[in-house]
Amino acid sequence: MDNHYDKFVLVEYLQKYFRVSGKQKLKAVDGISFYIKRGETLGLVGESGCGKSTAGKTILGLHKPTNGKIIIDGQDITKLSSKEKKQFTRKIQMIFQDPYASLNPRMTVSDLIAEGLTIHKMGSKDTKLRKVHELLKLVGLNKEHASRFPHEFSGGQRQRIGIARALAIEPEFIICDEPVSALDVSIQAQVINLLIKLQKELHLTYLFIAHDLSMVRHISDRIAVMYLGKLVEIADTTNLFENTLHPYTKALLSAIPIADPHYEDKKQSIQLRGELPSSINPPSGCTFRTRCEFATSACAEKEPKLIAITNDHFVACHQVTSDK
Amino acid sequence: MQISKADFIIEGLITQTIDHKMRPSLTYGQDAWRRLKLNKIAMLSLFILIILTLMCILGPSLSGYDFKTTNTLQLNFPPSLQHWFGTDPLGRDLFSRVWQGGRISLLIGFIGTFICITVGTMYGGISGYIGGRADHYMMRVIEVLVSIPSLVMVILLSLYLGSGMLSLIIALTAFGWTSTARMIRGQVLQIKQQEFVLAAVSLGASTARIILKHLIPNTLGIIIVDITFTIPGLIFAEAFLSFMGLGVQIPNTSWGALAASARDNIMFYPYQLFFPSLMIALTMLSFSLLGDGLRDALDPKLRS
Amino acid sequence: MKKILDIKNLTIDFNTYAGRIQAVRNISFSLYEGEILAIVGESGCGKTVTSKSIMRLLPEATAQVNNHSEIIFDGQNVLKLKGKELKKIRGDEIAMIFQDPMSALNPTMKVGHQVAESLLIHTKITKKQAFKEAVQMLKLVGLPMAEKRAHEYPNQYSGGMRQRAMIAIALACKPKILIADEPTTALDVTIQAQIMKLIKTLQADLNTAIILVTHDLGIVAGMADRIQVMYAGQIIERGVREELFYDPQHPYTWALLRSVPKVSQKSKSQLYSITGTPPDLLYPPKGCAFAERCEYCMPICRKDPPVETIISKTQSVNCWLQHKDAPKLNKPSGLKGVIHGQSL
Repeated sequence: MDNHYDKFVLVEYLQKYFRVSGKQKLKAVDGISFYIKRGETLGLVGESGCGKSTAGKTILGLHKPTNGKIIIDGQDITKLSSKEKKQFTRKIQMIFQDPYASLNPRMTVSDLIAEGLTIHKMGSKDTKLRKVHELLKLVGLNKEHASRFPHEFSGGQRQRIGIARALAIEPEFIICDEPVSALDVSIQAQVINLLIKLQKELHLTYLFIAHDLSMVRHISDRIAVMYLGKLVEIADTTNLFENTLHPYTKALLSAIPIADPHYEDKKQSIQLRGELPSSINPPSGCTFRTRCEFATSACAEKEPKLIAITNDHFVACHQVTSDK
Repeated sequence: MQISKADFIIEGLITQTIDHKMRPSLTYGQDAWRRLKLNKIAMLSLFILIILTLMCILGPSLSGYDFKTTNTLQLNFPPSLQHWFGTDPLGRDLFSRVWQGGRISLLIGFIGTFICITVGTMYGGISGYIGGRADHYMMRVIEVLVSIPSLVMVILLSLYLGSGMLSLIIALTAFGWTSTARMIRGQVLQIKQQEFVLAAVSLGASTARIILKHLIPNTLGIIIVDITFTIPGLIFAEAFLSFMGLGVQIPNTSWGALAASARDNIMFYPYQLFFPSLMIALTMLSFSLLGDGLRDALDPKLRS
Repeated sequence: MKKILDIKNLTIDFNTYAGRIQAVRNISFSLYEGEILAIVGESGCGKTVTSKSIMRLLPEATAQVNNHSEIIFDGQNVLKLKGKELKKIRGDEIAMIFQDPMSALNPTMKVGHQVAESLLIHTKITKKQAFKEAVQMLKLVGLPMAEKRAHEYPNQYSGGMRQRAMIAIALACKPKILIADEPTTALDVTIQAQIMKLIKTLQADLNTAIILVTHDLGIVAGMADRIQVMYAGQIIERGVREELFYDPQHPYTWALLRSVPKVSQKSKSQLYSITGTPPDLLYPPKGCAFAERCEYCMPICRKDPPVETIISKTQSVNCWLQHKDAPKLNKPSGLKGVIHGQSL
């Protein structure tokens, strides 16, 4: 087992409930725990509405958690004062999903990238500009782009600007909230390659949030699968793909369309029944049972716990764990 | 077409050639201006407003008559080569007086609007961004202000503060900012959902910075349109108050005051009413048409 | 098979402040009865503009369709139709489903009525009958509890259900052609699989011809009969499904196939990606549009646009590599998608 010190990011039993009309609670994130080692990428995968984005934003500090601990570099950030928090935000940054909405349309590229430097009063005007040019080069754009406005760029280029902005204040931990899902396939690969390159060069730690497994595989060391506010399976990438255990993960995997006609014709994909239940009234016991083909009466009664199958492969499913 | 064998050697990617021709850079303002220029009515209105403003600045010194000087030999002269707009019952040159009055009217319009828009934008921006309980109470304050019949309040205020330009501006702006505040709040509520605001928060930006740098610049379009509707509103309100005798005091004058004093002689000397009324009407109409044009130019999505 | 749509020399320009953007540059293709034709390409390649022009949905103020262009449906040139004739074709004969189902549905109208509406416009039936029919249609597209759901509003639906409702509206009048513009891009993968399966079964039942516009080659592999690859406003390669996936000829098609993430690839390895971005169609390049990003670019590619080379009865490609003087190349590896690690 790794010692505690290795776990650069440690999330323990994180809960985030939102109050909706009256006394009802929307359990967006319902008790998730995981860790990320320094320099590692954890993929967090799930369908829209499963709470993965809320989890990301809560870890970033945009939401106040209902319960649980978020320990980053040995410090519980849920207990920081607002002034300490501002200092701490320099360590965590986020890359957003929508490259069109995440850049202020009224600011030039250099103002956008330098914003973090301005806020944290890092450097004079000249050094800031030099830093902006460096960052532009780092993400594959050039100096001439600095004075232009976001609407003049394509989606992929805007995402590069977003990455440069996040990198400006030299963070150690970056939460990537579906950074490529709005982009074309050929451009997705460019951005993923850039993120991998930056991770190696700058020794960054990533939490990579995504809604399907195809791209996540290429960037993640380990992958956590989330369903209705809870983690259902967490394993290192090879294990998750080659020794898939949870029925939901299996369904997610088989839903990825493969660019091969013969394969697609023969494939018997696992079609999930229906859609995601509401997180205001989640099903009792195992939340996935309403769509699971293996569900038995036992699944409705008891909530499955994440149990280690092998050293680093955890799964929350009665059917899998009862076999063992 | 000449094709040689040399044309068929694979070179692959030549990295230097990736020198993208980018489209000519257009800032938000330039783009809006380009669209506004296509709108003939708006451009004509803008032209009229520029002429009116220029005349208010230069007019009083063009005719060679001082606006205050009375001349008992030239009472109620109709428009002529000597007095282009005629003279009033005290023999003062109406041309000079109309433009002098215009100065006051426009000045009240501009200063009043500046105050209304600044206060309204800040109030609405803060209320919308902070949200929650603060927003709730700030909006209730506005509702209370709006529920008081504003004209009564303005009249009472100008009675209390006495006549004069300063009191006029205070009276007019004390209530004028509420509609701007409501509009900006609505807009801010929408914009603050966007990811670039979250990005700024996660960079550690302060509330003031987010409101000033991220939210308000993105409401610029509706602010500009609001300005073009607030200015004529204030000019009209000033004209109305002056017409009621609550406006600027003699010997100073404004379009409303000129119209008011011409009221008594309307049967005999209609031109005395005609010129100030024409200026009020022209200003109102031009601002309204320009405002419509600006709204289309600044937010093309609104146009069907 | 019978041709039901014939597009000849379609050229579409957009007039903007900066000049003329040549969105679609002289393309011709046909659609046959009961087939699924996929148009594949990156955003901005002109695939959406092409599909919208068939329905005449382009903004007339800025979009300019060249006079020599023809879109022949049922013996008529759709581009020349006016008012009533056009309305008859829209919705009744040719229907469309959009990427974003929320903005394509009327939020203030019950879903059942929205489905019934298109029936009322195009057929002579009573309101009651139309609503009944609408419920049937909603059942057909697999909407759970269709009778009850028909009385609900779009905001009470989830994304997948909205897309089902959209499909019900589009298919209500049993159109001959259905244009599906990125129908699943906004949906989750598991829902995407459901919707794709639904479209495929409905197509088989109703014998509707479908034009599927997408950027995802994975979706195409399981769906399409024929595929057209578009780049910078032109069709650069076309062929039946097997030809395009197993014997592609254009370097751009190779690149697209290679950039689909392979399930067999090791994690943290460099993904194949196409360098650069597509050319700005305000200044379309003189030669081949893909030359600047092509690993096999030759001097001729920058000088002259390549002509169409016929490979087989169904496959053709526009590339200078097909010229007799061009070097013979081995295709790059990594075109195929499978070698799946998971057990099925």
